[in-house]
Amino acid sequence: MSVTTLEQFHYDNKIVKYFGVATIAWGLVGMLVGVIAATQLFLPEANLGNPYTTYGRIRPLHTNAVIFAFIGNAIFAGVYYSMPRLLKTPMWSKTLSWFHFWGWQTIILLAAITLPLGLTSSKEYAELEWPIDILIAVVWVAFGANMIGALIKRREKHMYVAIWFYLASFVTIAVLHIFNSLALPVSLFKSYSAYAGVQDALVQWWYGHNAVAFFLTTPFLGLMYYYLPKAANRPVYSYKLSIVHFWSLIFLYIWAGPHHLLYTALPEWAQVLGVVFSVMLIAPSWGGMVNGLLTLRGAWDKVRVDPVLKFMVVAVTAYGMATFEGPMLSLKNVNAIAHYTDWIVAHVHIGALGWNGFFTFAMLYWLWPKMWKTNLYSTKLATTHFWMGTLGIIFYALPMYVAALTQSLMWKEFTEAGRLAYPNFLETVVEIVPMYIIRAFGGLMYLSGAILMVYNMVKTAKQGTFIAYEADEAPALKPHVEHEGEFWHRAWERKPLFFTVLATVAILIGGIVEIIPTILVKSNVPTISSVQPYTPLELQGRDLYISNGCVGCHSQMIRPFRSETERYGEYSKAGEFVYDRPFLWGSKRTGPDLHRVGGKYPDSWHYHHMVDPRTMSPGSLMPPYPWMSTNIMDHKDLPAKIRTLQKLGVPYPEGYDQQANADLSIQADQIVANLKASGVEVLPDTEIVALIAYLQRLGTDIRKTTVANP
Amino acid sequence: MKKDILSSIENIEIYPIISLLIFVIFFVGMFIWVIRVDKKYIDHMKEMPLDDETPNNSSYEKV
Repeated sequence: MSVTTLEQFHYDNKIVKYFGVATIAWGLVGMLVGVIAATQLFLPEANLGNPYTTYGRIRPLHTNAVIFAFIGNAIFAGVYYSMPRLLKTPMWSKTLSWFHFWGWQTIILLAAITLPLGLTSSKEYAELEWPIDILIAVVWVAFGANMIGALIKRREKHMYVAIWFYLASFVTIAVLHIFNSLALPVSLFKSYSAYAGVQDALVQWWYGHNAVAFFLTTPFLGLMYYYLPKAANRPVYSYKLSIVHFWSLIFLYIWAGPHHLLYTALPEWAQVLGVVFSVMLIAPSWGGMVNGLLTLRGAWDKVRVDPVLKFMVVAVTAYGMATFEGPMLSLKNVNAIAHYTDWIVAHVHIGALGWNGFFTFAMLYWLWPKMWKTNLYSTKLATTHFWMGTLGIIFYALPMYVAALTQSLMWKEFTEAGRLAYPNFLETVVEIVPMYIIRAFGGLMYLSGAILMVYNMVKTAKQGTFIAYEADEAPALKPHVEHEGEFWHRAWERKPLFFTVLATVAILIGGIVEIIPTILVKSNVPTISSVQPYTPLELQGRDLYISNGCVGCHSQMIRPFRSETERYGEYSKAGEFVYDRPFLWGSKRTGPDLHRVGGKYPDSWHYHHMVDPRTMSPGSLMPPYPWMSTNIMDHKDLPAKIRTLQKLGVPYPEGYDQQANADLSIQADQIVANLKASGVEVLPDTEIVALIAYLQRLGTDIRKTTVANP
Repeated sequence: MKKDILSSIENIEIYPIISLLIFVIFFVGMFIWVIRVDKKYIDHMKEMPLDDETPNNSSYEKV
């Protein structure tokens, strides 16, 4: 009988092995860069005295390496192993698989080169410049095509829930990446965001939040639904719950982005929407966590002996903690305390180290013996890794919570006379330096555990034989016969393409409702007539600020709290940012807010502070930038920058690109003269002059209004 | 401000009602389906990750 004929095919383990090795290799790099960055926060000299390894540039290197290189490769390894087995077919095309693998590693390599060089868009987790963005889109589509091709050729009628999560992740990341990366290029390595100010902020955090959702969460939930039952050797606790989990999670997640912008100049309605959906997210997130943990019912004795399950239990628990903490942090009153502090850093590391990191370790410890047809080389070593990792997370997170609360309360403390108790920002920093030291130690411990894993995996591979192509057989998919009473969901999930479209619609609704009104309608940002475009020199200074990653430690967004207006000045208005491409509001205040720094200090103060911050602020953690006083800028790119900005709608007069360099020289000479009067000799075309011009301009436009309209 | 933006779109008042309806109908439908779905189907789906075992099933339980 033809219907029962079994078809022979092979699973490609080689690609899984490659992605797995890339996961560990980049993981170690990403964690190491993280430890270096953490060290610089209490020992600025650890920047090795050059711009390429200074905090502002290696922080994005760390986040990109961990998110896209470590976790990204882990997702691909996990998907390329589980998906063919769930569909009883190899991935669609081996060529696509290898294109995907080498393309992704090329992107990572380009990131590792361009970010230290300061070639960055400065938008968090989307820092890479436009040519790399295009490459990311191409490689990502190859990944998607490979999955959809496999779905079309599948031998299993129904799609297991893990695959739903993979598909939703694919389509959503594609949408997010394309919209957030829209920019107009100036040159091969410089572009200006298609959005400005408030709009740019909204799109960025719609992206940023959903990158967390659809890169760090949904793919891993898919992996959880496959590897956790595998490791526990029992089916998922409730498949029905997993269906509800899937739809409610992807529907709700996409709305929550604005919770990153509470109390900022973002319109109130968007903030409220973000909070409401964030709170609702607890339900599906915890549904998923509970489903994961209850899968282990009756198997808890195994957790005692099996390091894979140990890692998984902590991973899923960390997921539960992070997804409870997230909604709490998006409540406005909690956010008022937590935002801009190390609390957020602790929160994301519970997710990254606990959920993503530990699940990745579990998956690799499970996959390696499977693919090499052997047992794990040392369970003891893996258990040691588990404890080092767990302690590492605790040593990382706890000091960060203490630091955050201490600093935030110090920022907000007033004396009985109604003045700030700690008017000098630095006092609040010096207080938490010991916490930074413990945090770096926690990170180092976590990294050391990962090194143990590498040794264990190498030894495991050595003692087994690798099966590059694993044979399997399954009957061909029978042509579908309609059953009476078959419900719509079951029918959809048999039609993967239609299913993908539906999932896309679910995520698009949230995006459309939030983004379109803000983008399309110009009047959404109240204009302030005195706000003018940046002068050419200020523009160059701003691009230096971007390229050096200053936004990593300094916000430019004063929230409407008395504790902030007392410290920094008038709170920030939406209309002040209409020429900010990209926006530089920042998300962390390791140093003070800079939105009203313009005119606060003389030019010479900035000069000395940049060359050696500790001459002006003893005890400062800011890295010195002595090279800025000697690095020469040729300003050749200025006309092209002006033309690009004009195309984006910045009202420079026609033909201004030809006049810009002359205007730049006039302003530069003025600053040089100011500095000379204070006894500082500097060339007019040095970087420091442009940077001072920008810093002195920051937040000053609004004062012109007060003068003009008393 | 919200009013200014939204009032520029024609018949805007119907949009939130439509989206609410889509949301509610979809989720109610999904819940009904999930409750009534065939148990055989759920069991089949549940077993999927465990069905793909190839021989040599090493386990940590031996440890």
